[in-house]
Amino acid sequence: MKKYVDDFKVIKNERLNHEYVVLTLQHPGKLPPMLPGQFVEVRVDNGPNTFLRRPISIHDIDEENNTMLLLVQEIGEGTQLMCALKEGDTCNMVYPLGNSFAMPDKPRVLLVGGGCGIAPLLFMGRRLKANGIEPQFLLGARTAEGLIALDAFKQLGTVHTTTEDGSVGTKGFVIHHPVMRTQTPDIDQIYTCGPEAMMKVVAKYAGNHNIKCQVSLENHMACGFGACLCCVAETLDGNKCTCTDGPVFDSTYLKW
Amino acid sequence: MVDLSIDLNGLDLKNPVMTASGTFGYGEEFMDFFDVSRLGGIMVKGTTLKHREGNPYPRMAETPQGMLNAVGLQNKGVHYFADTIYPRIKHYDTHLFVNVSGSTIEEYVETAEVVNALDHIPGIELNISCPNVKEGGMAFGTSCPSAVAVVEAVRKVYKKHLMVKLSPNVTNIAEIAKAVEDAGADSVSLINTLLGMAIDVKTRKPILSTITGGLSGPAVKPIAVRMVWQVAQVVNIPIVGMGGIMNANDAIEFMLAGASAIQVGTANFIDPAVTLKIIDGIEAYCKEHGFAKASDLVGAMQA
Ligand SMILES: Cc1cc2nc3c(=O)[nH]c(=O)nc-3n(C[C@H](O)[C@H](O)[C@H](O)COP(=O)(O)OP(=O)(O)OC[C@H]3O[C@@H](n4cnc5c(N)ncnc54)[C@H](O)[C@@H]3O)c2cc1C
Ligand SMILES: Cc1cc2nc3c(=O)[nH]c(=O)nc-3n(C[C@H](O)[C@H](O)[C@H](O)COP(=O)(O)O)c2cc1C
Ligand code: FES
Repeated sequence: MKKYVDDFKVIKNERLNHEYVVLTLQHPGKLPPMLPGQFVEVRVDNGPNTFLRRPISIHDIDEENNTMLLLVQEIGEGTQLMCALKEGDTCNMVYPLGNSFAMPDKPRVLLVGGGCGIAPLLFMGRRLKANGIEPQFLLGARTAEGLIALDAFKQLGTVHTTTEDGSVGTKGFVIHHPVMRTQTPDIDQIYTCGPEAMMKVVAKYAGNHNIKCQVSLENHMACGFGACLCCVAETLDGNKCTCTDGPVFDSTYLKW
Repeated sequence: MVDLSIDLNGLDLKNPVMTASGTFGYGEEFMDFFDVSRLGGIMVKGTTLKHREGNPYPRMAETPQGMLNAVGLQNKGVHYFADTIYPRIKHYDTHLFVNVSGSTIEEYVETAEVVNALDHIPGIELNISCPNVKEGGMAFGTSCPSAVAVVEAVRKVYKKHLMVKLSPNVTNIAEIAKAVEDAGADSVSLINTLLGMAIDVKTRKPILSTITGGLSGPAVKPIAVRMVWQVAQVVNIPIVGMGGIMNANDAIEFMLAGASAIQVGTANFIDPAVTLKIIDGIEAYCKEHGFAKASDLVGAMQA
C-alpha cells in the first residue's frame, strides 16, 4: 500500500476526559486507501524531547469527507502536545503504515481492547459491519471515566465493558467478563489491542478454545516504515518489524 | 547552473548527498517517498558474512535531539544480499555501497570478496566502528594496529572503492584516519554513533536491552563536525561526513569543515524525503553565495 507524507488540518479536538482526546484531521485532497489496524507517524514538533515521530493507530476514517480520526492518550510530552492541537493547526503525518487486521473467515467476532488500544478497533468494527458482520466489543478500563467512545462502538455492534473498580460493567479485567468465561464460547475470531499483559491472557484464552486471535503490538519505533529495525518482535521466524510485518500478528506466531 | 558533482577519489557522485547505513534499509523502503536514484549514493544496511538476528528488543531510546540504537547488525548475511536483494536494487541509478562488518578479519575479507564480484556495487564502506556488537565492530576501529590490520587485509582482495567508516569513540580520530589512509583506504567516512546510555528512572532499569547503545541525531553534530575538521587536517583522501545532519545548512557545515560528501542518517526517520531537500538546499546555497561547483565548498571554512 502506497505511503504518503502530508500535512493534515485539525478540524476538531474533542476532549473525552482528562486523559483522552479525539482529533479529527482533514486531508488536503482525497484520502488514499487504508486499512483497519494500520497506523500513522505524527510529527509533533522539534522540541528537545519530541524529536522522533509518534506512532498512532487510525481510529476511524470518513472517506466521504476525507477525514481521519485519531484517539490520543496523554502519556508524555509528545502525546500532550498532540492533545493540545487546536482547530486550524496542521499535523504532519507519514501514513498509512503497517499491515492490517485480516478479515475473518467466520462471522462470530469479538474485539477486545483496553486503554488507547481500543483505537483501531473502531475502524475494524466499521469494516466488519460494512461486510455484513456485527461484531461484539469487549472494552476494559480502570474506572467508568476510562471507558471512552462507547457511543461510537455501540453503533457498530454489542458492547461489553469491564472496570477494575466495578463502577460500570463487570468488575475486574476483560478476562473476567462472562463472554470470556464460558467453556463453549460462541466466537470464531478475536482481535485485540491494548496493554501487553491483557493481550497475553486474551491470546491464551483464544488458544485454549481454538479461537483464532490477532493481536496488535505497540513496540517503540524510530521510523515506522522498515528502515531502522528498532521495533522488532520475536516470532517463530525470528525478529520481525512491528512496523512493516505488524503491528498485527497472529497470536500463535509470536514468541510470548 | 551549479555543478553538484563530486569526485570521490575517482568515483563520480552526481551530488554530495548519500544516505547512512542502517537508516535507509536497501532504499526500497523509501521508494514511495521519492526516487532514490536522485541521491549521490546509498550505503546499504550493515552486512556480515552470516545471518545475524541482532540484539533483543528494546533496541531504541529517544534522547534529547537524538536517539540511542542497539540494533546489533541484524541482517541475513552477504550471500542472501547478493542472491536476493542485489538483483532487486542493482538498477538504481546511484552509487550503492555495501556497509561491511565482521567479528574477525577473515569474516571481513570473505564478505568483501563476495561484494567485489557484484558489478553494480562500486564500493564498500568498511564498518570498523559499530558499538552494538560484542565482538569485532568497534574493537577494530579504536586502535591503530587493529584498524590497519583489517583495512590491509580487505584491501588485498577488494579492488574497487574502499571507504572506511571511523568510530568517534576514540581519543584521537585523526591518528586512526591517517593510519587507514596509509593502509590503503580510498576514503574515510565519519562518524559512526557515539557510545551512550539511558536509564528509565521510573523502573530504574536501562532502556536498551544491551544497556549501552549508539547515539545519533542532532545531539552529536558538533562533535562530528569537529572530528571531520580534525581528520581533514591530516588526510589527503576524501572525507564523507555525517552525524546529525537534518538540513542543507548542516550538510554545508560538514563540507566547509572538509567533507567532500555527506551522509544523512536519523533524519530519514523524521522526514523520509529530507535528502532531496538537502540536495536542493546545497544548490540554492551555491547559487546565492556564488559557488559554481559544490566541490568548491569542501574545506572552505574561513579560518
Ligand atoms: C502501532 C502503534 C499504535 C499506537 N496507537 C496509539 C493510539 O491510537 N493512541 C495513543 O494514544 N497511543 C498509541 N500508541 C502509543 C503512542 O505511540 C505512545 O503513547 C507515544 O509514542 C508516547 O509518546 P510521548 O512523547 O507522549 O511519551 P514518552 O513516554 O515521553 O515518549 C518517549 C519515547 O517513547 C516512545 N513511546 C512511549 N510509549 C510508547 C508506546 N506505548 N508505544 C510506542 N512508543 C512509545 C515515544 O514514541 C518516544 O519515542 C501506539 C503505538 C504504536 C507502536
Ligand atoms: C538505527 C540505526 C542503525 C544503524 N546501523 C548502522 C550500520 O549497520 N552500519 C553502520 O556503519 N552505521 C550504522 N548506523 C550509524 C549511521 O550510519 C550514522 O553513522 C550515525 O547514525 C550518525 O549519523 P546521523 O546522526 O545522521 O544518524 C546506524 C544508525 C542508526 C540510528
Ligand atoms: S520502526 Fe523503524 S523499522 Fe520499524
